[in-house]
Amino acid sequence: MAVISVEDLNVAYGNHQVITDLSFTVNEGDFMVVIGENGVGKTTLVRALLGLLKPRSGEIDIPANTKIGYVPQFRNIDEEYPLSIRDFVSLNSGKGIIPWLNKRERARVDRMIRMTDLTAIADRPLGLASGGEKQRAYLAQALLQSPQLLILDESTASLDNEMKYELLDLVTRFQQDNLSVMFITHDWDLARHFGTRFLQMKPNGYNEGPINELPEHEEEE
Amino acid sequence: MLTLAFMRHAFIASAFIAVVSGIIGVFVVARQLSFLTHTLSEIGFAGASFAVFAGWPALDGMILFTMLSSVLVGQMSIKESRREAVISAVSALFIGLGILFLSLSSQTASSATSILFGSVVGISINEVHQLIVLSIVVLLITLAIYRQLKFSSFDPIGARVVGINETLISVIFLLLLALSVSVAAQIVGSLLIFILLTLPAASAKYFTHGVAKMVVLAILFSLLGTWLGLLLGYLTNWPVSFFIAVIEVVIYVVALIYQNYFVEAN
Ligand SMILES: Nc1ncnc2c1ncn2[C@@H]1O[C@H](COP(=O)(O)OP(=O)(O)OP(=O)(O)O)[C@@H](O)[C@H]1O
Ligand SMILES: [Mg+2]
Repeated sequence: MAVISVEDLNVAYGNHQVITDLSFTVNEGDFMVVIGENGVGKTTLVRALLGLLKPRSGEIDIPANTKIGYVPQFRNIDEEYPLSIRDFVSLNSGKGIIPWLNKRERARVDRMIRMTDLTAIADRPLGLASGGEKQRAYLAQALLQSPQLLILDESTASLDNEMKYELLDLVTRFQQDNLSVMFITHDWDLARHFGTRFLQMKPNGYNEGPINELPEHEEEE
Repeated sequence: MLTLAFMRHAFIASAFIAVVSGIIGVFVVARQLSFLTHTLSEIGFAGASFAVFAGWPALDGMILFTMLSSVLVGQMSIKESRREAVISAVSALFIGLGILFLSLSSQTASSATSILFGSVVGISINEVHQLIVLSIVVLLITLAIYRQLKFSSFDPIGARVVGINETLISVIFLLLLALSVSVAAQIVGSLLIFILLTLPAASAKYFTHGVAKMVVLAILFSLLGTWLGLLLGYLTNWPVSFFIAVIEVVIYVVALIYQNYFVEAN
């Protein structure tokens, strides 16, 4: 079953056309890697999928009741950031009118913190957490509402190699509950290791297919 | 002391004001709106002077001016690069207007002091009722949007992704801020508003890492300042605003010391 299907998508900023006639599908359980050079439009695609940007034309089909969790490429969390990891994660507890969290909501936050291995540091300020811990906290927040699709925009970019694999191993553990993943990256090794499908974006076109058809990476000068 | 009606009124009014400033202050600090609070207090000064000139209650003039301008000023100064210029221009304009209205009205000196420096001890029972109603309105609206306000204040990027309408929340919050500024000005005066609206919350941030706990601490800090300030003002006959200012600054300094020597050391 498709979690997202995109057909003939065109997205532009003013008259700067960024995405032209893009079509692809993400199916349940896929780990789709999106790969492409800087500025080719990966983040723009994500923003269109999330409805933060109105496409010029084309169709984005997301079944009703599909929730999307998203870890954005940039986030303004500096050393001074005041909230604890637990409070940061629990921000995504829904828009209800009751100010405080009920028992079930608190239990869900605890469970997510446990699953992302943050229990020991949950009450420390997020601003003082390491890069990898921050990414796990972002992940926990994005997964709190049990989305069917998780989109990661270069979440591994600031991590060392070992941490990259650890973070994505963690993500694949969540796939046992039918989570589909769209992972944006520049790292071809990582893409091959974790991906089941790929979408390669280029300035003049697109390539899509099962991961074993991902072409060799030519170093561009 | 509490057998005196005017002191009782002052204590009740300042309790409500402390609760409002504590909770709103936490979000002012998180949204980095201290500068806007400052501008709004100057706009409030102009509004109160206008009210004196027109023969209205000062609070009405403040509410009118701050509500009308808060959203506009908030939107104008969203771009960080323009902030300082916008603040200076708007502040200058409204302080100028305030001076004009005061000089046009007949009862200049005493009304100017009470607008600028507060006059909680002179507060009437009707004004107390008005302050309580306004405070309750602010608190109810804040609680109703609390979760969304919290998300968009402490993680604006994450909040947008889950479909929280940031523009709407921000407009509502600016209006709440305008009301809070007008309410707080009744005790500390428009010159010292940030003493209640930003200092207690800024101090609270150093002691805890949870939003709810920050709110509780900020309320306690402003309550401590206003009540102790009233008491000391009563005992010494010195201005209440002076004591509130000193108490809040002391709390802030303690918070800074605590942060630097106890938290970072371990
Ligand atoms: N808000 C915007 N207004 C106008 N142009 C934009 C905007 N955001 C991005 N662009 C342009 O759109 C193009 C695609 O940007 P996008 O951020 O989607 O690239 P990307 O593939 O995510 O790059 P990176 O790998 O560096 O993150 C770029 O040329 C960029 O300059
Ligand atoms: Mg990008």
